[in-house]
Amino acid sequence: MIAELGHFALILALLIAIVQSILPMVGAARGARPLMDVAAPAALLQFGAVALAFAALTHGYVTSDFSLRNVVENSHSLKPLLYKITGVWGNHEGSMLLWALILTLYGAAVAAFGRNLPPSLKARVLSVHGMIGVGFLAFILFTSNPFLRVLPVPPDGQGLNPILQDPGLAFHPPFLYLGYVGFSMAFSFAVAALIEGRVDPAWARWVRPWTLVAWCALTLGICLGSWWAYYELGWGGWWAWDPVENASFMPWLSGTALLHSAIVVEKRDTLKGWTIFLALVTFSLSLLGTFLVRSGVLSSVHAFAVDPARGAFILALLVIAIGGSLVLFALRAPALRSTGSFAPISRESALILNNLLLATAALTVFLGTLYPLFLDVIGGDKVSVGAPYYNATFVPLMVPLVLLMAAGPMMTWKRADLAGVLLRLRLAFGLALAVAVIMIIATKGHEALAPLGIGLAAWLLFGTLKELADRIRLFQAPWDMVRTRLRHTTRASWGMSIAHAGLAVTIAGITIASGWQQEAIQTLHPGESIALAGDVYRFDRVEPLPGPNYSAEQATVAISHDGRTFATVHPSRLTYPLQRMTTTDVAIHTDGFSDRYVVLGDPQPDGGWIFRIYYNPLVPWVWFGALIMVLGGILSLSDRRLRIGAPVRKPKRAGGELAA
Amino acid sequence: MPPDTKSDLGRRLLFLLPVLAFLGLVGLFTLGLGHDPAALPSAMIDKPAPAFALGPVMVDRPGLGRADLGGKPVLVNFFASWCAPCRAEHATLAGLAASGVPLYGIAYKDKPENAQRFLTDLGDPYQKIGLDLDGRTAIDFGVYGVPETYILDRDGRIRFRYAGALTDAVLKTEILPRLAALERP
Repeated sequence: MIAELGHFALILALLIAIVQSILPMVGAARGARPLMDVAAPAALLQFGAVALAFAALTHGYVTSDFSLRNVVENSHSLKPLLYKITGVWGNHEGSMLLWALILTLYGAAVAAFGRNLPPSLKARVLSVHGMIGVGFLAFILFTSNPFLRVLPVPPDGQGLNPILQDPGLAFHPPFLYLGYVGFSMAFSFAVAALIEGRVDPAWARWVRPWTLVAWCALTLGICLGSWWAYYELGWGGWWAWDPVENASFMPWLSGTALLHSAIVVEKRDTLKGWTIFLALVTFSLSLLGTFLVRSGVLSSVHAFAVDPARGAFILALLVIAIGGSLVLFALRAPALRSTGSFAPISRESALILNNLLLATAALTVFLGTLYPLFLDVIGGDKVSVGAPYYNATFVPLMVPLVLLMAAGPMMTWKRADLAGVLLRLRLAFGLALAVAVIMIIATKGHEALAPLGIGLAAWLLFGTLKELADRIRLFQAPWDMVRTRLRHTTRASWGMSIAHAGLAVTIAGITIASGWQQEAIQTLHPGESIALAGDVYRFDRVEPLPGPNYSAEQATVAISHDGRTFATVHPSRLTYPLQRMTTTDVAIHTDGFSDRYVVLGDPQPDGGWIFRIYYNPLVPWVWFGALIMVLGGILSLSDRRLRIGAPVRKPKRAGGELAA
Repeated sequence: MPPDTKSDLGRRLLFLLPVLAFLGLVGLFTLGLGHDPAALPSAMIDKPAPAFALGPVMVDRPGLGRADLGGKPVLVNFFASWCAPCRAEHATLAGLAASGVPLYGIAYKDKPENAQRFLTDLGDPYQKIGLDLDGRTAIDFGVYGVPETYILDRDGRIRFRYAGALTDAVLKTEILPRLAALERP
């Protein structure tokens, strides 16, 4: 009964979405206010309906309603409640429903908080957003319906992949989707602006908070995903450049570019066509990424082979959404003219260079991800593109980007004094050089990448600190004045400095973690020890550990340094009889600077156990840095001028035009 | 003014580029839809089966060697007692053997006693069985993982390889038509 209610609510949501995509658009074209005013309530209702459907499916999972095919295939009565709930989106149908839920949540947020938007723009934005909703809801209802019943009702479910029974995995898809789908807002704004034929600083200011929300969520989602892969998959690494990761990383790169180019539109009324293009591309990459992963075109095509209708539907959706918006862009964007002019050395140019590098980086990842598919389709070899390709192409693009990141914020709009900026950065340069030299000495000149990476991180950190110090005139003006300037520093500036510093932390983490990881694989009998990176790991014992739907063996390993035991960890090995699967639970001891990572392997016939032990220096910084970046994004989001719902001052240039 | 029009045209063409690039991508995906990247290519297709001579699994029966294959199209099936899909496909193999198709087995990295128990429990559909204890012969055949089934023609050349458990549907669409084609003179 409740499942039928959910099913019905989903159908209702589709109908509302159809109304929402047609009436406001017609109203905006005719200047008919009543039709435009349909948009906001429709968006709220659509969200309500999808939320009801989602709640109904969740109810099915929580009560283990095995008359629902989706629940049978993905749940089990013995599963802990938490994983029953997260199991809702641990499968194709449910995750598509989560996607639709977040999509309509964003639409509802614009409907509720976008009171200061001009009515015609708001109507068009919500109409475009409604069209995306139509596509997704139709996809769910016609090819991936989670509310289908099954007869006869099986006694119990088929469980969930044990690897998926993990908090890290359970919670990273919602954040990832908040990010992916959040870019739909920038997309809708871009398409609406193309239809209106008007892009101005006010438009950029309205788009920016939505892009920032999406960016923060995506950063967090990628961070959680990478952390999950690190502690769950048990191979000691945290990023593998596999298609799934790349699918989330590409929109992040272009979304980062979009964040920066939108500043140029907002402050200087130029770079409009490019910013619109980035908004279209970022969401297109999100769509492409999710679908490539979900449909399995890239990894294994079985989902397609099983259900060709699903694949064709996906492709049709992509053609309409991406192709349609790009055609609109080709028709309307050439007419967008900029008013702001600037010199080759200026903040604008620095941001353009930033955009070029980020866009090229995104393209690099894109080519690497699709090349195997391309080669396979034209009948060539089976290849996989891995870390060597990305190290050779991606790293060289990041070096100039980071070099630029320290200098860019010091440049002034219109025309900047490059010599002056470099002079201000001389201390940062000296410190970075010193750090790099120390690294060269520490590695005895054997490592090229480590001094470069750490030097870059230092350059970025000190450059960012110097910019902050100059802004508040620290050590340059009387303390009173510094305090005043500190108070007047906008949260957006703080956000920028903090986010840039966060990247410096991440770069340092990546460099050290990739260069200095140490690994040992050995069979140990109880009582035996193994030495790695100055520590001694002593294997004490193995004990059985029964679980609700698995059986496990848990080892006890004591880690000591200079004879002093500082940690005892318990790696374990879980066997799920239902799925005939064995997984490992990695034990990690972290002190914030380095991780001791212990994996329990297979038992040996002679009573020994295989152990894999990694020493991962500075790896936590990879995620600390990402969290700092998110913090910077949130601070910037709370900036006065962007605060959602607060009255926005009309921009000088184009406010009157838009209010009309 | 002509120069203006010209640069305007160039500008318009520039903005068309993304659409064209996307069209290429759609073409790629359309081709990709009908494509199965999970399909494993075999380098051994149309090459003579590798030479091998394997000892027996069952004590009272001979082993299997390259010399046993040839003269007529046959199936060679790699299996192991420790492999669950092999258990699943066993009934299909039994049916196949009952219908008179010549079927040879190679036990892959299996202890003889386990393989014996496997065949005693589930029945023995094979005309001859070899024991590939170190997996050497499997490597020569290019086996990715058990179960795998090869079709050899009357000259002893490998003509087809199926990776994964055989089902009646797979037999009907993939195996039997190919065998029938090879049996034609």
